[in-house]
Amino acid sequence: MIRLYDDLIIQTVCRIMIPFIQLFALYVITHGHYSPGGGFQGGCILGASFILMVIAYDIKWMKKRFSEYTNIFMIAFGVFIYAFVGLICIILGAEYLNYGILHKVLPADPVKVRALATLGIEISVGITVMAVMVSIFLNLATFGKHERGEV
Amino acid sequence: MIWITELLILTILLICAVGAIHVKDLLSSAILLGAYSFLMCILWAEMGAVDVAFTEAAVGAGISTAFFIGAIYQTTRRTKD
Repeated sequence: MIRLYDDLIIQTVCRIMIPFIQLFALYVITHGHYSPGGGFQGGCILGASFILMVIAYDIKWMKKRFSEYTNIFMIAFGVFIYAFVGLICIILGAEYLNYGILHKVLPADPVKVRALATLGIEISVGITVMAVMVSIFLNLATFGKHERGEV
Repeated sequence: MIWITELLILTILLICAVGAIHVKDLLSSAILLGAYSFLMCILWAEMGAVDVAFTEAAVGAGISTAFFIGAIYQTTRRTKD
């Protein structure tokens, strides 16, 4: 469905804008526990930057930078980090996702460990949301051809 | 003075919502839904819910408009009814 439009203005503007969009998304993810924003919003913005790449260029051009294997891997990897941090808390003797107990294994006091583990959860949520958004858009825009490997 | 701004935004919001239902062109409908989402985001921010406004701007105005346009390209642009 999406063909290669050689529109110089759109492609140049997108090439300049995409790094700043991704930088802002990383800012939103890492400052999720101080300010508005968080893993979901930052992941959505990060996914939107890849969707902008598909719209301005081509699916093949985008797949060279963010392949389908990486996409599926990232969906599972974010969920894995989330569950892993939660399960470590259970193993150490607290509730699921009760990060304060992690001061037994990390060299810091419980308050800092809590903030650090929240950052890890935000990053994992951001990775999963980004990959899922890109995956939904690719399957929607190519009418299922992407899933069968024809694009 | 804030209620004048709020009333203005609410009026444009209502126009966008009714227009998105009644317009015949599906692409215009998707763009009107994006405008509706953005006005809703301004309204959330004005009411003090900055986190909800952020989510609305990222998901409603950004991602879902792209999804709608991607879905419209697979169908016809005009509605049948």
